[in-house]
Amino acid sequence: MTFKFDNVYLQDTATIAGPYEKEGPLKQYFDKTYSDLYFGESSFELAEIKLVKDALVMLMKKTSLTKNDIDLVVGGDLLNQITATTYGSCNVGKSFIGIYGACSSSVLGMIIASTFIDSKRIDNAITLVSSHNMSSEKQFRNPTEYGAPKPDSATFTATGAGACLLTAKKTDVKVECATLGKIVDLDQNDPNDMGKVMAPAAIETLKSHFQETGRSPKDYDLIVTGDLGRYGKEIVKDYMLNTYNINLKDNYNDCGVMLYDLALQKEVKAGGSGPACSALVSFSYIYNMLKEKQLRKVLIVATGALFSPTLVYQKENIYSIAHAISLEVV
Amino acid sequence: MKNIKYERIASNHKAEENRVKNAVIAFLTGGVLGFIAEWLVVFYSNCFEISRSDASTMMIVTFIFIASLFTALGFFDKLVNRFKCGLLIPITGFAHSMTSSAMDYKKEGLIYGIGMNIFKLAGCVILYGVVSAWFFGMIRYFIGGAS
Repeated sequence: MTFKFDNVYLQDTATIAGPYEKEGPLKQYFDKTYSDLYFGESSFELAEIKLVKDALVMLMKKTSLTKNDIDLVVGGDLLNQITATTYGSCNVGKSFIGIYGACSSSVLGMIIASTFIDSKRIDNAITLVSSHNMSSEKQFRNPTEYGAPKPDSATFTATGAGACLLTAKKTDVKVECATLGKIVDLDQNDPNDMGKVMAPAAIETLKSHFQETGRSPKDYDLIVTGDLGRYGKEIVKDYMLNTYNINLKDNYNDCGVMLYDLALQKEVKAGGSGPACSALVSFSYIYNMLKEKQLRKVLIVATGALFSPTLVYQKENIYSIAHAISLEVV
Repeated sequence: MKNIKYERIASNHKAEENRVKNAVIAFLTGGVLGFIAEWLVVFYSNCFEISRSDASTMMIVTFIFIASLFTALGFFDKLVNRFKCGLLIPITGFAHSMTSSAMDYKKEGLIYGIGMNIFKLAGCVILYGVVSAWFFGMIRYFIGGAS
Protein backbone atom coordinates (compact mmCIF):
# COMPACT_ATOMS: atom_id res chain seq x y z
CA MET A 1 0.00 0.00 0.00
CA THR A 2 1.59 3.26 -1.16
CA PHE A 3 0.82 6.76 0.02
CA LYS A 4 2.33 10.19 -0.53
CA PHE A 5 3.37 12.70 2.10
CA ASP A 6 3.01 16.42 1.53
CA ASN A 7 4.70 18.07 4.45
CA VAL A 8 7.19 15.69 6.05
CA TYR A 9 10.89 16.52 6.00
CA LEU A 10 14.06 14.98 7.35
CA GLN A 11 15.79 17.54 9.56
CA ASP A 12 18.83 15.60 10.71
CA THR A 13 20.17 12.17 11.60
CA ALA A 14 22.52 10.60 14.14
CA THR A 15 24.44 7.36 13.76
CA ILE A 16 26.48 5.48 16.36
CA ALA A 17 28.48 2.51 15.08
CA GLY A 18 30.38 -0.41 16.61
CA PRO A 19 33.88 -1.71 15.91
CA TYR A 20 33.12 -3.86 12.86
CA GLU A 21 31.16 -1.06 11.19
CA LYS A 22 34.01 1.31 11.99
CA GLU A 23 36.31 -0.91 9.93
CA GLY A 24 33.94 -0.68 6.97
CA PRO A 25 33.91 1.79 4.06
CA LEU A 26 31.34 4.18 5.63
CA LYS A 27 33.40 5.02 8.72
CA GLN A 28 33.73 8.71 7.85
CA TYR A 29 29.96 9.20 7.75
CA PHE A 30 29.18 7.98 11.29
CA ASP A 31 28.73 10.56 14.05
CA LYS A 32 30.38 8.39 16.69
CA THR A 33 32.09 5.01 16.72
CA TYR A 34 33.24 2.59 19.39
CA SER A 35 36.27 0.32 19.33
CA ASP A 36 34.89 -2.45 21.51
CA LEU A 37 31.49 -4.07 21.97
CA TYR A 38 30.84 -3.18 25.61
CA PHE A 39 31.12 0.65 25.37
CA GLY A 40 32.08 0.73 29.05
CA GLU A 41 28.94 -1.18 30.12
CA SER A 42 28.88 -4.49 31.98
CA SER A 43 26.65 -6.46 29.57
CA PHE A 44 25.79 -6.47 25.88
CA GLU A 45 22.16 -5.59 26.60
CA LEU A 46 23.24 -2.50 28.55
CA ALA A 47 25.69 -1.71 25.74
CA GLU A 48 22.81 -1.67 23.24
CA ILE A 49 20.79 0.62 25.51
CA LYS A 50 23.81 2.93 25.56
CA LEU A 51 23.81 2.95 21.76
CA VAL A 52 20.21 4.19 21.77
CA LYS A 53 20.95 6.85 24.40
CA ASP A 54 24.02 7.99 22.48
CA ALA A 55 22.05 8.29 19.24
CA LEU A 56 19.37 10.39 20.95
CA VAL A 57 21.91 12.66 22.67
CA MET A 58 23.77 13.09 19.38
CA LEU A 59 20.56 13.95 17.51
CA MET A 60 19.50 16.49 20.17
CA LYS A 61 22.95 18.06 19.98
CA LYS A 62 22.90 18.29 16.18
CA THR A 63 19.39 19.74 16.04
CA SER A 64 19.75 21.95 19.17
CA LEU A 65 16.50 20.55 20.53
CA THR A 66 15.74 19.45 24.08
CA LYS A 67 13.98 16.27 25.20
CA ASN A 68 10.69 18.15 25.68
CA ASP A 69 10.73 19.63 22.18
CA ILE A 70 10.09 16.20 20.66
CA ASP A 71 6.42 15.32 20.15
CA LEU A 72 6.86 11.62 19.48
CA VAL A 73 9.56 8.96 19.62
CA VAL A 74 9.04 5.83 17.49
CA GLY A 75 11.58 3.06 17.84
CA GLY A 76 12.34 -0.62 17.86
CA ASP A 77 15.13 -3.16 18.10
CA LEU A 78 15.65 -6.93 18.09
CA LEU A 79 15.81 -7.66 21.80
CA ASN A 80 12.91 -9.37 23.55
CA GLN A 81 10.27 -6.78 24.53
CA ILE A 82 12.29 -4.16 22.54
CA THR A 83 14.04 -3.20 25.77
CA ALA A 84 17.01 -1.44 24.16
CA THR A 85 14.62 1.11 22.68
CA THR A 86 12.38 1.52 25.73
CA TYR A 87 15.20 1.75 28.27
CA GLY A 88 17.31 3.92 25.99
CA SER A 89 14.63 6.46 25.10
CA CYS A 90 13.07 6.86 28.56
CA ASN A 91 12.33 10.54 29.36
CA VAL A 92 12.78 11.66 25.76
CA GLY A 93 9.82 13.22 23.97
CA LYS A 94 6.22 13.84 24.94
CA SER A 95 5.03 10.42 23.72
CA PHE A 96 6.44 7.07 22.65
CA ILE A 97 5.53 4.21 20.32
CA GLY A 98 7.50 0.96 20.44
CA ILE A 99 7.46 -1.05 17.21
CA TYR A 100 8.69 -4.44 16.07
CA GLY A 101 9.25 -5.04 12.38
CA ALA A 102 12.52 -6.94 12.95
CA CYS A 103 15.13 -5.43 10.62
CA SER A 104 12.47 -3.46 8.75
CA SER A 105 11.81 -1.34 11.87
CA SER A 106 13.95 1.54 10.61
CA VAL A 107 11.65 2.36 7.70
CA LEU A 108 8.49 1.24 9.52
CA GLY A 109 9.22 3.81 12.24
CA MET A 110 9.75 6.54 9.66
CA ILE A 111 6.44 5.70 7.95
CA ILE A 112 4.49 5.77 11.24
CA ALA A 113 6.09 9.06 12.32
CA SER A 114 5.57 10.60 8.85
CA THR A 115 1.88 9.67 8.93
CA PHE A 116 1.41 11.48 12.26
CA ILE A 117 3.26 14.55 10.98
CA ASP A 118 1.50 14.58 7.61
CA SER A 119 -1.90 14.48 9.29
CA LYS A 120 -0.76 17.51 11.34
CA ARG A 121 -1.29 15.74 14.64
CA ILE A 122 2.31 16.39 15.66
CA ASP A 123 5.06 18.76 14.53
CA ASN A 124 8.07 16.52 14.83
CA ALA A 125 9.14 12.99 15.71
CA ILE A 126 12.28 10.99 16.27
CA THR A 127 12.52 7.51 14.82
CA LEU A 128 15.26 5.28 16.08
CA VAL A 129 16.48 1.70 15.79
CA SER A 130 19.36 -0.24 17.24
CA SER A 131 20.95 -3.65 17.08
CA HIS A 132 23.98 -5.20 18.72
CA ASN A 133 25.83 -8.14 17.24
CA MET A 134 26.42 -9.84 20.57
CA SER A 135 23.04 -9.28 22.22
CA SER A 136 21.37 -10.62 19.05
CA GLU A 137 23.68 -13.63 18.89
CA LYS A 138 22.89 -14.40 22.51
CA GLN A 139 19.15 -14.12 21.94
CA PHE A 140 18.76 -15.73 18.53
CA ARG A 141 21.69 -18.13 18.28
CA ASN A 142 24.44 -19.47 20.52
CA PRO A 143 26.39 -17.98 23.43
CA THR A 144 28.48 -15.11 22.14
CA GLU A 145 31.84 -16.75 22.78
CA TYR A 146 30.72 -20.05 21.25
CA GLY A 147 32.46 -20.58 17.94
CA ALA A 148 29.90 -22.47 15.90
CA PRO A 149 31.12 -22.33 12.29
CA LYS A 150 28.62 -20.48 10.08
CA PRO A 151 27.95 -20.97 6.39
CA ASP A 152 28.91 -18.24 3.92
CA SER A 153 25.24 -17.42 3.37
CA ALA A 154 24.86 -16.24 6.99
CA THR A 155 24.58 -12.52 7.68
CA PHE A 156 26.15 -10.57 10.52
CA THR A 157 24.04 -8.42 12.85
CA ALA A 158 25.32 -4.85 12.71
CA THR A 159 26.19 -3.07 15.94
CA GLY A 160 24.89 0.45 16.01
CA ALA A 161 22.00 2.80 16.42
CA GLY A 162 20.47 5.24 13.99
CA ALA A 163 18.05 8.04 14.77
CA CYS A 164 16.47 10.71 12.61
CA LEU A 165 14.34 13.74 13.27
CA LEU A 166 11.31 14.12 11.03
CA THR A 167 9.55 17.45 11.03
CA ALA A 168 6.79 19.45 9.38
CA LYS A 169 9.22 22.36 8.84
CA LYS A 170 10.68 22.50 5.37
CA THR A 171 14.25 21.24 4.93
CA ASP A 172 16.28 20.10 1.94
CA VAL A 173 15.28 16.45 2.22
CA LYS A 174 11.62 15.53 1.87
CA VAL A 175 9.98 12.27 2.87
CA GLU A 176 8.08 11.95 -0.35
CA CYS A 177 6.16 8.70 -0.28
CA ALA A 178 6.14 5.27 1.30
CA THR A 179 4.99 1.75 0.59
CA LEU A 180 3.93 -0.43 3.51
CA GLY A 181 4.66 -4.07 2.89
CA LYS A 182 2.79 -7.20 3.83
CA ILE A 183 3.92 -10.41 5.49
CA VAL A 184 5.29 -12.89 2.97
CA ASP A 185 5.56 -16.66 3.48
CA LEU A 186 7.44 -18.49 0.76
CA ASP A 187 8.32 -21.69 2.64
CA GLN A 188 11.68 -20.38 3.79
CA ASN A 189 13.16 -21.82 6.97
CA ASP A 190 16.94 -21.40 7.06
CA PRO A 191 18.01 -18.82 9.68
CA ASN A 192 21.54 -19.03 8.26
CA ASP A 193 20.37 -17.73 4.88
CA MET A 194 18.39 -14.61 5.71
CA GLY A 195 19.04 -13.05 2.32
CA LYS A 196 17.03 -15.80 0.66
CA VAL A 197 14.37 -15.61 3.39
CA MET A 198 13.81 -11.86 3.04
CA ALA A 199 14.31 -11.34 -0.69
CA PRO A 200 10.66 -12.30 -1.46
CA ALA A 201 9.40 -9.50 0.81
CA ALA A 202 11.72 -6.99 -0.86
CA ILE A 203 10.51 -8.16 -4.28
CA GLU A 204 6.83 -7.85 -3.26
CA THR A 205 7.28 -4.35 -1.85
CA LEU A 206 9.36 -3.14 -4.80
CA LYS A 207 6.80 -4.51 -7.24
CA SER A 208 3.91 -2.86 -5.35
CA HIS A 209 5.80 0.41 -5.15
CA PHE A 210 6.53 0.57 -8.88
CA GLN A 211 3.01 -0.57 -9.82
CA GLU A 212 1.19 1.81 -7.50
CA THR A 213 3.32 4.86 -8.26
CA GLY A 214 3.73 4.16 -11.96
CA ARG A 215 7.46 4.67 -11.52
CA SER A 216 10.41 2.60 -12.65
CA PRO A 217 13.90 2.11 -11.14
CA LYS A 218 15.13 4.88 -13.47
CA ASP A 219 13.18 7.41 -11.40
CA TYR A 220 15.57 6.88 -8.51
CA ASP A 221 19.25 7.73 -8.22
CA LEU A 222 19.64 4.94 -5.71
CA ILE A 223 17.48 2.04 -4.54
CA VAL A 224 18.68 0.16 -1.50
CA THR A 225 17.34 -2.90 0.28
CA GLY A 226 17.96 -3.25 4.01
CA ASP A 227 19.99 -6.33 4.82
CA LEU A 228 19.76 -9.02 2.17
CA GLY A 229 23.50 -9.48 1.84
CA ARG A 230 25.39 -10.34 -1.31
CA TYR A 231 23.29 -13.38 -2.26
CA GLY A 232 19.86 -11.96 -1.44
CA LYS A 233 20.70 -8.86 -3.45
CA GLU A 234 21.39 -10.93 -6.57
CA ILE A 235 18.17 -12.93 -6.06
CA VAL A 236 16.15 -9.67 -6.01
CA LYS A 237 17.80 -8.40 -9.20
CA ASP A 238 17.36 -11.67 -11.03
CA TYR A 239 13.75 -12.26 -9.93
CA MET A 240 12.62 -8.68 -10.65
CA LEU A 241 14.05 -8.86 -14.15
CA ASN A 242 12.85 -12.34 -15.03
CA THR A 243 9.38 -12.11 -13.54
CA TYR A 244 8.29 -8.49 -13.71
CA ASN A 245 10.70 -7.20 -16.34
CA ILE A 246 11.88 -4.55 -13.88
CA ASN A 247 15.57 -3.96 -14.40
CA LEU A 248 17.45 -2.99 -11.24
CA LYS A 249 20.77 -1.89 -12.61
CA ASP A 250 23.74 -0.15 -11.03
CA ASN A 251 21.51 2.17 -9.05
CA TYR A 252 20.47 -0.77 -6.87
CA ASN A 253 22.46 -1.89 -3.83
CA ASP A 254 21.97 -3.49 -0.45
CA CYS A 255 22.82 -1.81 2.87
CA GLY A 256 24.23 -5.09 4.20
CA VAL A 257 26.73 -5.09 1.34
CA MET A 258 27.50 -1.36 1.62
CA LEU A 259 28.13 -1.33 5.38
CA TYR A 260 31.16 -3.64 5.29
CA ASP A 261 34.11 -4.36 3.08
CA LEU A 262 33.09 -7.91 2.21
CA ALA A 263 36.47 -8.74 0.66
CA LEU A 264 38.42 -7.80 3.79
CA GLN A 265 35.93 -8.38 6.60
CA LYS A 266 35.49 -12.12 6.21
CA GLU A 267 33.71 -12.47 9.57
CA VAL A 268 30.59 -10.72 8.23
CA LYS A 269 30.12 -13.56 5.70
CA ALA A 270 27.31 -12.51 3.28
CA GLY A 271 26.95 -9.00 4.74
CA GLY A 272 25.28 -7.02 7.49
CA SER A 273 21.84 -7.43 9.00
CA GLY A 274 19.75 -6.06 11.84
CA PRO A 275 17.63 -2.92 12.12
CA ALA A 276 20.77 -0.83 12.53
CA CYS A 277 22.15 -2.07 9.20
CA SER A 278 19.75 -0.10 7.00
CA ALA A 279 19.69 2.80 9.48
CA LEU A 280 23.49 3.13 9.62
CA VAL A 281 23.72 3.30 5.84
CA SER A 282 20.60 5.43 5.23
CA PHE A 283 21.11 7.93 8.04
CA SER A 284 24.84 8.39 7.38
CA TYR A 285 26.01 7.88 3.81
CA ILE A 286 22.68 8.26 1.97
CA TYR A 287 21.53 11.24 4.03
CA ASN A 288 24.89 12.96 3.44
CA MET A 289 24.67 12.32 -0.29
CA LEU A 290 21.15 13.79 -0.33
CA LYS A 291 22.25 16.85 1.65
CA GLU A 292 25.13 17.42 -0.72
CA LYS A 293 22.73 16.88 -3.64
CA GLN A 294 24.88 14.11 -5.10
CA LEU A 295 21.78 11.95 -4.89
CA ARG A 296 18.39 13.52 -5.52
CA LYS A 297 15.92 10.72 -5.01
CA VAL A 298 16.43 7.53 -3.05
CA LEU A 299 14.19 4.55 -2.29
CA ILE A 300 15.03 2.68 0.93
CA VAL A 301 13.45 -0.77 1.29
CA ALA A 302 14.10 -2.12 4.79
CA THR A 303 13.64 -5.89 5.01
CA GLY A 304 12.81 -7.91 8.10
CA ALA A 305 12.56 -11.59 9.00
CA LEU A 306 9.63 -12.37 11.28
CA PHE A 307 10.42 -15.41 13.39
CA SER A 308 11.52 -16.63 16.77
CA PRO A 309 14.13 -19.30 17.58
CA THR A 310 11.33 -21.33 19.22
CA LEU A 311 9.23 -21.47 16.04
CA VAL A 312 12.28 -22.27 13.92
CA TYR A 313 13.02 -25.25 16.20
CA GLN A 314 9.36 -26.24 15.81
CA LYS A 315 10.02 -26.41 12.05
CA GLU A 316 7.77 -23.46 11.20
CA ASN A 317 8.57 -21.21 8.25
CA ILE A 318 10.30 -17.86 8.60
CA TYR A 319 8.10 -15.04 7.33
CA SER A 320 9.44 -11.79 5.98
CA ILE A 321 8.32 -8.21 5.46
CA ALA A 322 9.66 -5.11 3.74
CA HIS A 323 8.68 -1.46 3.89
CA ALA A 324 9.84 1.23 1.46
CA ILE A 325 10.28 4.96 1.88
CA SER A 326 11.27 7.50 -0.73
CA LEU A 327 13.47 10.48 0.18
CA GLU A 328 13.84 13.36 -2.23
CA VAL A 329 15.90 16.55 -2.37
CA VAL A 330 13.65 19.60 -2.70
CA MET B 1 4.88 -15.15 -6.06
CA LYS B 2 5.55 -18.68 -7.14
CA ASN B 3 7.63 -20.78 -4.80
CA ILE B 4 9.05 -23.09 -7.49
CA LYS B 5 10.19 -20.22 -9.67
CA TYR B 6 11.68 -18.43 -6.66
CA GLU B 7 13.64 -21.51 -5.61
CA ARG B 8 14.94 -21.93 -9.17
CA ILE B 9 16.17 -18.34 -9.36
CA ALA B 10 17.54 -18.38 -5.79
CA SER B 11 19.50 -21.56 -6.52
CA ASN B 12 21.59 -19.56 -9.01
CA HIS B 13 22.69 -17.20 -6.24
CA LYS B 14 23.67 -19.29 -3.25
CA ALA B 15 26.86 -19.59 -1.24
CA GLU B 16 29.04 -22.48 -2.30
CA GLU B 17 30.26 -24.34 0.76
CA ASN B 18 33.43 -26.38 0.34
CA ARG B 19 32.41 -29.30 2.55
CA VAL B 20 35.35 -31.47 1.50
CA LYS B 21 37.81 -28.76 2.55
CA ASN B 22 36.00 -28.32 5.89
CA ALA B 23 36.08 -32.07 6.49
CA VAL B 24 39.80 -32.32 5.67
CA ILE B 25 40.59 -29.40 8.01
CA ALA B 26 38.50 -30.99 10.78
CA PHE B 27 40.09 -34.39 10.19
CA LEU B 28 43.64 -33.02 10.35
CA THR B 29 42.97 -30.78 13.36
CA GLY B 30 41.25 -33.59 15.21
CA GLY B 31 44.18 -35.86 14.36
CA VAL B 32 46.72 -33.36 15.64
CA LEU B 33 44.68 -32.97 18.83
CA GLY B 34 44.69 -36.77 19.23
CA PHE B 35 48.45 -36.82 18.70
CA ILE B 36 48.98 -34.16 21.38
CA ALA B 37 46.63 -36.08 23.71
CA GLU B 38 48.60 -39.30 23.27
CA TRP B 39 51.85 -37.46 23.88
CA LEU B 40 50.38 -35.93 27.07
CA VAL B 41 49.24 -39.35 28.32
CA VAL B 42 52.73 -40.79 27.81
CA PHE B 43 54.29 -37.69 29.37
CA TYR B 44 52.05 -37.77 32.47
CA SER B 45 52.38 -41.51 33.02
CA ASN B 46 56.19 -41.36 32.74
CA CYS B 47 56.66 -38.10 34.60
CA PHE B 48 54.39 -38.84 37.56
CA GLU B 49 54.70 -42.63 37.41
CA ILE B 50 50.93 -43.14 37.26
CA SER B 51 48.78 -45.62 35.35
CA ARG B 52 47.72 -44.96 31.78
CA SER B 53 44.06 -44.46 32.77
CA ASP B 54 45.03 -41.90 35.44
CA ALA B 55 47.24 -40.15 32.89
CA SER B 56 44.28 -40.08 30.45
CA THR B 57 42.16 -38.33 33.06
CA MET B 58 44.89 -35.73 33.59
CA MET B 59 45.16 -35.24 29.82
CA ILE B 60 41.39 -34.59 29.62
CA VAL B 61 41.58 -32.13 32.51
CA THR B 62 44.43 -30.35 30.73
CA PHE B 63 42.42 -30.05 27.51
CA ILE B 64 39.35 -28.82 29.38
CA PHE B 65 41.43 -26.20 31.17
CA ILE B 66 43.11 -24.97 28.00
CA ALA B 67 39.83 -24.79 26.02
CA SER B 68 38.08 -22.96 28.87
CA LEU B 69 40.98 -20.57 29.33
CA PHE B 70 41.16 -19.78 25.61
CA THR B 71 37.38 -19.28 25.55
CA ALA B 72 37.61 -16.89 28.49
CA LEU B 73 40.43 -15.01 26.79
CA GLY B 74 38.13 -14.60 23.80
CA PHE B 75 39.87 -16.37 20.96
CA PHE B 76 38.76 -20.01 21.08
CA ASP B 77 35.71 -19.18 18.93
CA LYS B 78 38.05 -17.79 16.28
CA LEU B 79 40.14 -20.97 16.41
CA VAL B 80 36.96 -23.05 15.97
CA ASN B 81 35.94 -20.94 12.98
CA ARG B 82 39.30 -21.70 11.43
CA PHE B 83 39.74 -25.35 12.44
CA LYS B 84 36.03 -26.34 12.36
CA CYS B 85 34.77 -29.48 14.05
CA GLY B 86 38.30 -30.75 14.72
CA LEU B 87 38.14 -28.57 17.84
CA LEU B 88 34.39 -28.87 18.52
CA ILE B 89 33.93 -32.65 18.60
CA PRO B 90 36.68 -33.54 21.14
CA ILE B 91 36.40 -32.67 24.84
CA THR B 92 37.67 -29.17 23.96
CA GLY B 93 34.31 -28.44 22.27
CA PHE B 94 32.39 -29.60 25.32
CA ALA B 95 34.45 -27.39 27.64
CA HIS B 96 34.11 -24.50 25.19
CA SER B 97 30.31 -24.82 25.13
CA MET B 98 30.06 -24.76 28.93
CA THR B 99 32.49 -21.89 29.45
CA SER B 100 30.92 -19.76 26.73
CA SER B 101 27.43 -20.34 28.19
CA ALA B 102 28.65 -19.44 31.68
CA MET B 103 30.31 -16.28 30.38
CA ASP B 104 27.18 -15.25 28.50
CA TYR B 105 24.94 -15.41 31.54
CA LYS B 106 27.27 -14.31 34.34
CA LYS B 107 25.59 -10.91 34.52
CA GLU B 108 22.25 -12.57 35.36
CA GLY B 109 23.74 -14.04 38.53
CA LEU B 110 24.85 -17.40 39.90
CA ILE B 111 21.40 -19.05 39.96
CA TYR B 112 19.30 -17.54 37.14
CA GLY B 113 22.33 -16.86 35.00
CA ILE B 114 25.21 -19.35 35.18
CA GLY B 115 23.35 -22.09 37.06
CA MET B 116 20.38 -22.26 34.72
CA ASN B 117 22.28 -21.79 31.49
CA ILE B 118 25.70 -23.43 31.79
CA PHE B 119 24.37 -26.68 30.24
CA LYS B 120 22.47 -24.83 27.52
CA LEU B 121 24.56 -26.44 24.78
CA ALA B 122 26.35 -29.15 26.76
CA GLY B 123 23.10 -30.61 28.10
CA CYS B 124 22.29 -32.33 24.83
CA VAL B 125 25.80 -33.83 24.69
CA ILE B 126 25.37 -35.25 28.19
CA LEU B 127 21.84 -36.55 27.53
CA TYR B 128 22.54 -38.19 24.20
CA GLY B 129 26.01 -39.27 25.35
CA VAL B 130 24.41 -41.23 28.20
CA VAL B 131 21.65 -42.59 25.95
CA SER B 132 24.07 -43.74 23.27
CA ALA B 133 26.44 -45.19 25.94
CA TRP B 134 23.50 -47.26 27.27
CA PHE B 135 22.54 -48.29 23.74
CA PHE B 136 26.01 -49.40 22.73
CA GLY B 137 26.56 -50.97 26.16
CA MET B 138 23.49 -53.14 25.53
CA ILE B 139 24.77 -54.16 22.10
CA ARG B 140 28.10 -55.07 23.60
CA TYR B 141 26.37 -57.03 26.38
CA PHE B 142 24.39 -59.13 23.92
CA ILE B 143 27.24 -59.68 21.49
CA GLY B 144 30.28 -59.85 23.73
CA GLY B 145 28.77 -61.08 27.02
CA ALA B 146 28.70 -59.48 30.45
CA SER B 147 32.43 -59.51 31.18
